[in-house]
Amino acid sequence: MVVRTRVNGDWREAEVWPGTSLLVFLREALGLYGSKNACEQGECGSCSVWLDGTLVCSCLVLAAQAHEREVRTVESLIDGDKLHPIQEAFLEAGAVQCGFCTPGFVVAVADLLQQDPDPSPVTVREALSGNICRCTGYQKIVDAVELAAARLRAGA
Amino acid sequence: MEVLLPHSLDEALAMKAERPEAVPLNGGTDLMVDLNFGRLRPPAMLDLNRVAELTEWREENGHVFLGSGVTYTTIVREMPEFKPLVQAARSVGSPQIRNRGTVGGNLGTASPAGDALPVLAAYDAQVMLQSRTRGERSLPWNAFLTGPKKTAIAPDELIIGARWRRLRGPGSFSKIGTRNAMVIAVAGLCLVIDEERRRVNVALGSVGPTILRATQAEERVAAALTTSGTWDDRSAPLNEQWADEFAELVAGAAQPLDDVRGTAAYRRHGCRVLARRAIGWALAEWRLPAWW
Repeated sequence: MVVRTRVNGDWREAEVWPGTSLLVFLREALGLYGSKNACEQGECGSCSVWLDGTLVCSCLVLAAQAHEREVRTVESLIDGDKLHPIQEAFLEAGAVQCGFCTPGFVVAVADLLQQDPDPSPVTVREALSGNICRCTGYQKIVDAVELAAARLRAGA
Repeated sequence: MEVLLPHSLDEALAMKAERPEAVPLNGGTDLMVDLNFGRLRPPAMLDLNRVAELTEWREENGHVFLGSGVTYTTIVREMPEFKPLVQAARSVGSPQIRNRGTVGGNLGTASPAGDALPVLAAYDAQVMLQSRTRGERSLPWNAFLTGPKKTAIAPDELIIGARWRRLRGPGSFSKIGTRNAMVIAVAGLCLVIDEERRRVNVALGSVGPTILRATQAEERVAAALTTSGTWDDRSAPLNEQWADEFAELVAGAAQPLDDVRGTAAYRRHGCRVLARRAIGWALAEWRLPAWW
């Protein structure tokens, strides 16, 4: 079937097997490799994207469900060559080790900070509870969120 | 495989009537896993995402209707006065899962570990079903859930939602698992006090082939509250002896199995602990003096 979706502002379409997930559609059909394919069962959050503005695991969305709808991926956050303040904060705080989980975390953090620009540490941990990182032990990620939140509040 | 994309309930019911083998899909948090791993290859899937009628909840004549497409995030955001339901919703998965997962999915999947199910059972909810040819019908939750991952739905029907009489009184949902997120419950319990009917309803999840009600325990606690006069005077002193007996009866109502997430003995003990906590919280919310 042909799936037509507005991805990061541009209408894109591709012919896919009807059982294709949005994640596979983004990666294999559209060549957007920022969203990572790890667990394929909604456990790890590394494929997090926005579907009509809502944070979702793209592996648990059927591509057909995104037909004629709007998707935003981690690729939408970068501004030319300039990293998003959340991405900068991840680098500076040491929240990136192997980096595989990072795009999913960055999207989940961006979603959190849109809703709550000054989240408490407990709120941060609950908001990121659907993202798994096997390297950092999470503290550096929580530090990065705090750094990013402060900069975004200051108008970075 | 084919994907059907109805835009209204009428259209969805017509498609289901024509293609009864089509598997309804909403948030995808259960079905997409099976699809991704090649365990599910239906001839057709029926996407209910665009059916706006299913995403509503409302109160009418002292009853609550909760549409099958209402997500857990919506419950947490919009239904604070239904505390046990919100507690269960907030314990589902992660933000990403709660943004997609629906009550209809919990009902349709009919896993004994579905977090919303003990709450619907404690509310004595009816499950609302609809087909194009026979219209709407409702089944009590325990007639709808017939076994592990088994329901009484007909092939041409869709789950419209759940409906229950709004209860007055405190209550809670709690569960046991290895962390505070992304957990399939090892044991789950919902306790609600129904002041109007002078009953205490206790439902258990993850400790039997389907959701279970601890009826003997319910009768014991309601009788104890009658004996102590608590139904009429919430500050009446309580004889605390029945608390252990209550927890024991709840544990006895479980029908647990050993599996990868826990042993039967651990699950039974979990029910005992959850029951003690839940009755304690409920009575504390009623502003009774602490008595254990």
